[in-house]
Amino acid sequence: MARQSTFKNMVATMVVICLFTSAVLGAVYVITLKPIQNAQIAKTNAAIAQVTPAFDNNPVADSLRLNYTYDGKTRSTVAYIAKKGGKIVGYAIEASTMKGFGGRINLMVGFKPDGEIYNSSVISHSETPGLGARITDSQSHFVVQFNGKIPDDKDFKVAVRKDGGDVDAITASTISSRAFCDVIRDAYGAFKSINVNSNNSGKEAQIDSNE
Amino acid sequence: MGLLTAGIVKNNPTFVLVLGMCPTLATTTSALNGMGMGLATLAVLVLSNMLIAAFAPLIPDKVRIPSYIVLIATLVTVVQLFMQAYTPALYESLGIFIPLIVVNCIILGRAEAFANKHGVFESLLDGLGVGLGFTISLTVLGLIREILGNLSVFGVKFSGGDGILVFVLAPGAFLVLGCLMALFNKLSEKK
Repeated sequence: MARQSTFKNMVATMVVICLFTSAVLGAVYVITLKPIQNAQIAKTNAAIAQVTPAFDNNPVADSLRLNYTYDGKTRSTVAYIAKKGGKIVGYAIEASTMKGFGGRINLMVGFKPDGEIYNSSVISHSETPGLGARITDSQSHFVVQFNGKIPDDKDFKVAVRKDGGDVDAITASTISSRAFCDVIRDAYGAFKSINVNSNNSGKEAQIDSNE
Repeated sequence: MGLLTAGIVKNNPTFVLVLGMCPTLATTTSALNGMGMGLATLAVLVLSNMLIAAFAPLIPDKVRIPSYIVLIATLVTVVQLFMQAYTPALYESLGIFIPLIVVNCIILGRAEAFANKHGVFESLLDGLGVGLGFTISLTVLGLIREILGNLSVFGVKFSGGDGILVFVLAPGAFLVLGCLMALFNKLSEKK
């Protein structure tokens, strides 16, 4: 039966168990480190491929760190640059908001070099299933209506119609729709800062003249 | 053999013992999530039962609970790392409930009530039985909620439209669980 509960026994047992478990954890961590990284890279790549035109480079390697101001706050995100034959065909920008009905919404938004939204994809969210969670349906009118639009206020005001914008909200999910618009605006803010953050002119110069 | 089936029917963790309700209610929004949660718990339960059965004679009585918890927490972290590496989608959808397997009372319950008094092989069978019972219950619960709430089976839509939304939300978990529990008790009463 169990050993006697003397102080020495108890301490020795706990020490041995902790050493043993630490060794196991260390080994498993080393084994799974590479696959976990690969899985995350695959996920990012899949999201990028979904929101930009076809590319032949590695957008993760060609990414650009962006510092920008949105809604009065200084923010930082990453723009993944999609190139085909050395020419920039689009940018995938990750942005998020805390204004969702269930908290944080993470979005990957793809822009063409002229600022037009190519596509967007929800990376993570906790909206209500069947209601706000419809923002993840990439075929739905709600998501599709952003594509091909330049989200500056002149052509397409990114706000739900209730707030005087041009976006048809999802019925019964105004808060989720507003949050989605918020992320799109945020991502566009980041997109506009690309020329500030990079010394690569050319394409970016056109964006300047658009504004 | 009796040890194996006891966990599935007589000592079914969900419908008879009513243990581990938190992941049961929260993760069964679809059959796949329920099954994933059940299998993750099964893996931890089998390994922890075996490990604790092997170590129990060496562990002084007064520090057995902390020792068990450290062993269980390690196993959960191992399972978590493997899920993150090889089933990232499932890992994401189960979220916080994977680390929370540590405090699932089924696991410590089996360690205390069974594994520390029995041999390694018997504990393996017990863990397998109870784990399967948990997995089956969660899969059935998830399946019913998914069919009613989302009109799909294991993620495959069988009909257009939206389904009865309430079943994939929290109240639906209680409704379906209650009905299943009543049905389970009714059926096992007859035997």
